[in-house]
Order: sequence, then C-alpha cells, then structure tokens
Amino acid sequence: MNAVLTARDLTRHYEISRGLFKGHATVRALNGVSFELDAGKTLAVVGESGCGKSTLARALTLIEEPTSGSLQIAGQEIAGAGKAERKQLRRDVQMVFQSPYASLNPRQKIGDQLAEPLAINTSLSRSERRERVQAMMQQVGLRPEHYQRYPHMFSGGQRQRIAIARAMMLNPKIVVADEPTSALDVSIQAQVLNLFMDLQEQFNTAYVFISHNLSVVQHVADQILVMYLGRPVEMGDAERIYSRPLHPYTQALLSATPTIHPDPAKPKIKIQGELPNPLDPPTGCAFHKRCPYATERCAVEVPELRLLDARQVACHHAEVINP
Amino acid sequence: MSLLDIKNLSVRFGDANAVPVVDGLDLRVDKGEVLAIVGESGSGKSVTMMALMGLIDAPGIVSADSLSFDGTDMLKLKGRQRRRIVGKDLAMVFQDPMTALNPSYTVGFQIEEVLRQHLGLSGKAARQRALELLERVEIPGAASRLDAYPHQLSGGMSQRVAIAMAIAGEPKLLIADEPTTALDVTIQAQIMDLLLDLQRDQGMALVLITHDLAVVAETADRVCVMYAGQAVEVGQVPALFEAPTHPYTEALLAAIPEHSQGARRLATLPGIVPGRYDRPHGCLLSPRCPYAQANCRERRPGLDAHERGAVRCFYPLNLSSEVA
Repeated sequence: MNAVLTARDLTRHYEISRGLFKGHATVRALNGVSFELDAGKTLAVVGESGCGKSTLARALTLIEEPTSGSLQIAGQEIAGAGKAERKQLRRDVQMVFQSPYASLNPRQKIGDQLAEPLAINTSLSRSERRERVQAMMQQVGLRPEHYQRYPHMFSGGQRQRIAIARAMMLNPKIVVADEPTSALDVSIQAQVLNLFMDLQEQFNTAYVFISHNLSVVQHVADQILVMYLGRPVEMGDAERIYSRPLHPYTQALLSATPTIHPDPAKPKIKIQGELPNPLDPPTGCAFHKRCPYATERCAVEVPELRLLDARQVACHHAEVINP
Repeated sequence: MSLLDIKNLSVRFGDANAVPVVDGLDLRVDKGEVLAIVGESGSGKSVTMMALMGLIDAPGIVSADSLSFDGTDMLKLKGRQRRRIVGKDLAMVFQDPMTALNPSYTVGFQIEEVLRQHLGLSGKAARQRALELLERVEIPGAASRLDAYPHQLSGGMSQRVAIAMAIAGEPKLLIADEPTTALDVTIQAQIMDLLLDLQRDQGMALVLITHDLAVVAETADRVCVMYAGQAVEVGQVPALFEAPTHPYTEALLAAIPEHSQGARRLATLPGIVPGRYDRPHGCLLSPRCPYAQANCRERRPGLDAHERGAVRCFYPLNLSSEVA
C-alpha cells in the first residue's frame, strides 16, 4: 500500500449556540468523506463556498480534530497519536493558503520565515539552514537578494512563491493548498501552477488542491472530489469526471463554468437558488431543492456513494439521468 | 453616434509628471452593446470607469480630449449636474456587494433612495417600484426582503440588490466592475444571465470590467484588452479569441489552464507588469514579449486600426494585411 493519505468517513461537526433558551444547533460541516491519496498525485476538492472544503483542509492538516472517522498519514493513524508523534506527523502535512499576504509575517524577513520550520523541527546549524533556504528560494524562482526582504516588497505571485517555498522546506509528503491561485491574475496563476507541477515532479509530493475554479482543477488534478453541503457527491478519476459527469451537481458546476470557446449548441444547465442553510439542511439529498431531476424519493432518502462507471456517485437517479 | 466616446483619457496620481495609470485611452461604446474591458490588476480598467463617473479625487488628475456620454461632456459637468446623470443614466455595479450596500439601512430604503433622488417617487409609489425592481432581479420572496438588512442576505442576493439599485433609474449605460468575482460559479452564471437579460430587455449598453477571459467570451460583443494603462487590442468576440493580434492577448489566452491541452506546464509570460520605476522606454510589453525587436524597445507603437479592430503593436499577429 502506498497511499500517503487515507481518510475514512471523516466528519467534523460544529456546535452553534442559538441563544440562552434554545438548545445548541449542529452544523455538519464535513459529513462522511473518504478517500485515498498516493504519493506524487493530486486530489482536487471542488465545491462552492460552504461545502466543507476548507473544513476538510483543516482536518487534514491537523489544525482541527475530526469529530469522528479515521485519518492516516503515511500509514499512521492520527486518532490516539501522542504529542511527539503528532509533531512528527505535522511535518509531513503542510499548507498553502489563499492569501499569501495574510499568511506571511509582515515584520519578518523572508529568509527568516523560510528558515523557521527548520529551526523548529531540525537540528541544523544556522549556516546549514541558510544554505537550505537559499536552495529552496532558487527552486521556486526567487533571487538570492530576496533573502533580506520583507513580504510587502513582493508582488502577489512572488508572495505565493514564498508561501509555497515555506510549505516545502521540510520536504513534506502532503501539501494541502486552499485556493492557492484565486487571488492571482491569469498570467501569474499560470506561473504558480507551473511551479506546483515542477515541485511535485521533483519531490513526489501528494497535493490536496482545494479550488472552486474548475478549469484550474482540470489542469492539475488526477482525482476529483466534488462536495456539496459537507457531503461528497461525486469522486473519481479527473478525466472521467470531466468528460462525463454523472451527478447533477457536478454537471451543473461544469456547465456553469465559463469557457473561452462556448458551444452554442450545448445549452447551459441552469440551477436555481442558492446553497441551503447549513443549520437547517434539507431532508434527503441535500441538493434536491435545486436539482432539475429531483423526485419524491430524493426528499426522503439520503443517497449513499455508490460505484457507477468507475467512480463514486451519490445520486438515486444517476443511471436514469445518464443513459 | 455612439453612446459613450472617450478620447485620449489619462489619469495620473500625484503631479502632472507622474506615471499615468491610464495612458491616452480611446474607447467607444455604442447603444445597447456589451463591451468588455479585460486586463490584469493595475492595468487601469477600473480607474477608467471611475474617471468617467467622476469618482477620482485629488491627488488624482483626470485629463481627456473628450468624455462624451450621450451627447454631454462629462468632464465639464460639476456637482449637481453630474449627479443628475450619474446613478440614473449612467449606473455602476461593484465587485463586492457587501461593501456596496450600506449595512445600517434596509434594502428597501436603499432602493427607494435612488427612486426618490432620481425619479421623484415617494411613499407608496416608491415602495411599490422598489418591490417591482426586486422581483425584476429575481429575488425570491421579494416583499419580505424589502425590510431585510444587507447582512441578512447572501453574496449573490446582495449583488442582485445592488443591480436593482443600479437599474432603478433605467440607465442607458450600466458599468459592471467585476460583478461576479466574489461569487461562486453557479451564482456567477445566474448573475451574468440576469445582467444580459436586463441589457437586452432595457436596450441598455453594458460595460463589463473583468479579468476573466472566459466570462468575456460568453457574454461580450466587443473586447478592449488593457495592459499597463493602455488599450493594446480592441476586437470583436469571438474573432479576438480565435485569432488574437496582440502578443499580450495571445499570452493571456495561452496562460488559461483550459488551453493547456493536456500539457503539464502552462504557457506563461515571463516577468510582471512594469511598475512605476521600471516603465520601459519603448513598447510597454517589450521586456516580456517573445516577438520584441530592436525598435520595440525604442519607440512606442500607437493603437492602429485594422480589418478586425485595432492593435497597438509594430508586429501584429494573425493579420492578413499590413497595419496602416
């Protein structure tokens, strides 16, 4: 088995206070997510705001404890791991955030920020750390003189390079990237995506790539996990899902994504309404109120993920809609 | 006659010698057309429209040969006269709907305010019209939403309210500045549909400012591509996407992941947009342009018309005839 990251039935619930005289409400931000990710591969997590993608990122990076379910990093179970083991595990999972400016310390020099993970986690000497930092800076396309500079002196794209370099400093097995290019311009986005691909090739890192931009996802992903209101609705091989999405939500997402060469013969699937209130999710299938194919069964019975056409899909009518 | 005719617009911040943020821009918008202005951050696309609306304050300096909107020169208007046009015949929708609405007033009040100011409606008539506008922008349960505060609405709903306010005066030109950037893709599709529907319905012109080329390809009639404050290419959709004539447009299109065609690496334009201190002497793209030649680094090309539009380049691509 060479999966570096295995999640089984991962859930994360939040208790929300509704005031003095009412009981607590539960938000099921993450509701039964399972997947396996191999070294050197990319899993893209796709969905709209509020679908639980960022909660998943927080659970995977051990920032938050999952409410239930199992998470294994390089074969080691997280639940029950001691403090020292956890510290070791954290080295293996690093994160790149959406806003590179907010994720860098404005008062610390770039060189020092990049050296910090080494200072905390390794016993390298100061000069060895400096050497490692400079090697990494070169790798991500920063110049040696940038070592002494502060974050505000860089452009958005360069800052994201710094954030990526910092995530790669400890040579992690897994990098979780939460919308890493959505704050960048197209031409800079292309440079940063190329950097991600180059580093993956070189270090055989596994990526969990969280994005709402489906054309970016199509470019980077090997596997795709589509989420809706905390639940996975479709998961499988990226090419397969892009060429023939089976779940109505995946179909709607792909159809809503604008393209440079729109096909007038292919009418857009329009879905009505917005994401339901997570405090009061619909019964049955969470998507049924917006779904053009919904029947009575969808309002009652929660569809489970099942295998169909070599991918997992959670829809009662997947066969009927996709003859 | 075109609805909007901008000639040689420049915007600077600081003194008259400062590097222009918008540099000699010519732009024309016809009645009822959808024009997209595309460019990366800092290319001057938003500042152009802010200048037109009179929203540039000191130390900003706006100069132009003409800023003619519907026969009126917007440059010469002052205070009250300008306010009679802006917000009524010329309206704008901003990127972030949450900050565009006033959090302290109800949605109904804010829409009614436009109706009171520009159309002289009041009382029941204003309320009735506000309700119709909310229904027009397809807000479910419009009657109950009139008394809602902006924080009670989602991003998509807030943007619909902002659109309702913008169309309250039945504008001849609606400027939408990145109207869907802050929204999810299914909501983005709904909002774009709504904008286009309104545009056709009311016969208004729509200027769409965006950095998303795919949105442009799906919605616009014409495109103006901006780079570092200059218009570098103007052309029709879809011709501009099929055969771009400016190297910058070509590079922008190639950088989109959709165009990778299975290749692991995306085509990129090296370097970044020139800043204040490293503005090239010649063509502004020359340090990054793969086709640049010696004279590109010495002289700045003008925006020259050709068979399908206009291009600012000495060596345009994909053209059968030479540029005049």
